Amino acid sequence: MITHLKGLAFAGMTSLAALTAPAAMADVEIEYWQYFFDARVDAMSQLIEKFEAANPGITVKMSHFPYADYRTKVAAAIPAGEGPDVVQLFYGWLNDYIEADLIQPLPTASFDPAEVDSEFFPMVQAMKRDGQYYALPTAVRSLALFYNERLFKEAGIEKAPETLDELVEAAKACTKVDGAGNLTQVGFTTGMNAQDHHWFREVLVRQFGGDPYNDDYKTVNYATDAGEKALAFYTGLETEHKVTKAGFMDEPQAAFKASRACMHIDGSFRIGSLNKIRGLKWGVAELPANNDGVRANYSSYWVNAVTTKAEGEKQEAALKFMDYITSDEAMQIWLDVVGELPAKPSVGMTDSNANDPVFGPFIRGLAYANTTKFANESAQRAELMQMVERVFLQDAELMDSLKAAAVAEQKILDDYYK
Amino acid sequence: MSFYRNLTIRQKQILWAWAFLALPVLFYTVIRFYPTGNAILISFQDWNLLGARTWVGWENYIKLWHDEVFWVVFRNTFAYLLLGTPISLLISFVIAYHLDKVRFAHGFLRMLYFLPFMTSAVAMAWVWRWFYQGVPIGLFNNVLAGFGIAQIEFLGSTETALPSVLAPAIWAGLGFQVIIFMAGLRAIPTSYYEAARIDGVGWFTILTQITIPLLRSTIVFIVVFSSIGFLRIFDHVFNMTTNNPGGPLNSTKPLVLMIYDTAFNSFDMGYAAAQTVVLFLILLVVSLIQLRLLRST
Repeated sequence: MITHLKGLAFAGMTSLAALTAPAAMADVEIEYWQYFFDARVDAMSQLIEKFEAANPGITVKMSHFPYADYRTKVAAAIPAGEGPDVVQLFYGWLNDYIEADLIQPLPTASFDPAEVDSEFFPMVQAMKRDGQYYALPTAVRSLALFYNERLFKEAGIEKAPETLDELVEAAKACTKVDGAGNLTQVGFTTGMNAQDHHWFREVLVRQFGGDPYNDDYKTVNYATDAGEKALAFYTGLETEHKVTKAGFMDEPQAAFKASRACMHIDGSFRIGSLNKIRGLKWGVAELPANNDGVRANYSSYWVNAVTTKAEGEKQEAALKFMDYITSDEAMQIWLDVVGELPAKPSVGMTDSNANDPVFGPFIRGLAYANTTKFANESAQRAELMQMVERVFLQDAELMDSLKAAAVAEQKILDDYYK
Repeated sequence: MSFYRNLTIRQKQILWAWAFLALPVLFYTVIRFYPTGNAILISFQDWNLLGARTWVGWENYIKLWHDEVFWVVFRNTFAYLLLGTPISLLISFVIAYHLDKVRFAHGFLRMLYFLPFMTSAVAMAWVWRWFYQGVPIGLFNNVLAGFGIAQIEFLGSTETALPSVLAPAIWAGLGFQVIIFMAGLRAIPTSYYEAARIDGVGWFTILTQITIPLLRSTIVFIVVFSSIGFLRIFDHVFNMTTNNPGGPLNSTKPLVLMIYDTAFNSFDMGYAAAQTVVLFLILLVVSLIQLRLLRST
């Protein structure tokens, strides 16, 4: 509402200016939609203010909706010629949006694909179709290893583990059991329901020498030796090393917050909520490398795109706005306000950002991160959860379970791409 | 106005009746019947909420028939029904039967039984979810561990997960059933009991020959009502297993959760609508069978 009033006042001023100076550009109002999240709305308001100051004649009206209604609202509005000119969407929805003709490609003249390729972190290339970008992020997220400093000190661990072997050793030193052998503190949290399915797909499988998918994420490729080794390592944390238990304290992040877990893999979006826990002293490190030093990471992000509703001067204004919200300045503001990572090395890899004790490990992870192109993230996640459950609950052989998961996930992909 | 004046009193009454009925009729048409019809239509289409709807005929139903998860879910849904309805019926009858005889603190006890029914299912499910956790936070397992007994994986095992979810669901519905049973018990004329006592009949004969036969309509109501409830179970399952929607290896997933998942995670509206139509048919058939079985004689 405030931005709207500001917009009105601004429009009034510019039209006054138009009377006195006939050369001034005609007023254009474009609409921007995103889902409601306090910090994101706040950051976007700041960006809009700066953009409007730099581009007299263009006003941006922001609307936001609860996450639950977001997709239906967008889907109903754009075909009716209503709603946003620039819209925010999850990267995994890109195919759906293109297919439904809701968004238009970014013209190569102003968003040269080669330039975008070189300017953004490599995983952003998932937003390219047939040589053209359809959407670009302002900010991205990646994974890192959170550790509890107090518990580390108690267990005599001096620094965060650098490799998977060190991870296991540190976790062993940091695990506590009661007299009956029940875990009361885990060295490391696990749970495919949380971030572990990303860690398994994009990190462990690669670190054990595999490639989780072929053919631009259309073919599942983890039912291999590498996949089996990765799964053996993952399930071994619970069965062999006994440093963790899936579902310990309900959720991995809950165990970590309660100082009942020494180490925990999670995304950069967790930083804010960890900061709110009184008495929790935590640190972050890059995800452990394998014993040959190979590192990998997973990145996800929300992107902005120009909708098919924007035509003529609105399209022109929308492209200008897109250009601004993917600029270095916008990314720094987003990092400072929301705490999400910059999508370009030119902002992320500055000395102060890349060596930041909290954001640094996440940002450095972006350089070697991959983005899974999900057809249906929750369904694909469920397959990996069941893969592990078959091993734990039904004593399935690792390879059998792995193959079953690969077949089921392939079916989801085939249904989607058919 | 002359049109209205020329009507008979009977016709005027009918006209007024319809005038007052218009609002609920309109409400039902727009809020109930139209979406129901639309859901049936969508079940023959392919739609991801974003693009156009395309006609696919019976494809969604064929896919459902060949879907392994659907049959697991189908089995679970009936497990909720076949365990939930008789257990809750038995417990609520026993409670109501004895509570009816209690005079001391009667109102207070009745309130205690009714309280869970008024509690939000979401809050209740979360509290029970935490009860069920392992050591060190789970109440039940901490007690077990205190006695040196091995932990039970309430929600984490394929065998115990469904009963663990069902228990609080039964408990939540109990208060309502107890109240209905008590109303049924109070409605039985005391003269029957007096006559039986004069004849020197034992309590068991009174129970089986007088009380239960005269509670038939109450039992029909509760059976149908709770069956529909258990067939549509969602809140408890969803909230107790959000980490792993549908429990380990889908062992707790009911049909409604599958519908929700298909519609709002996979955005496969046609497939979800086909599942909804199947649920509708199951509810219809189960209710009709129960009405027929329990109402005859």
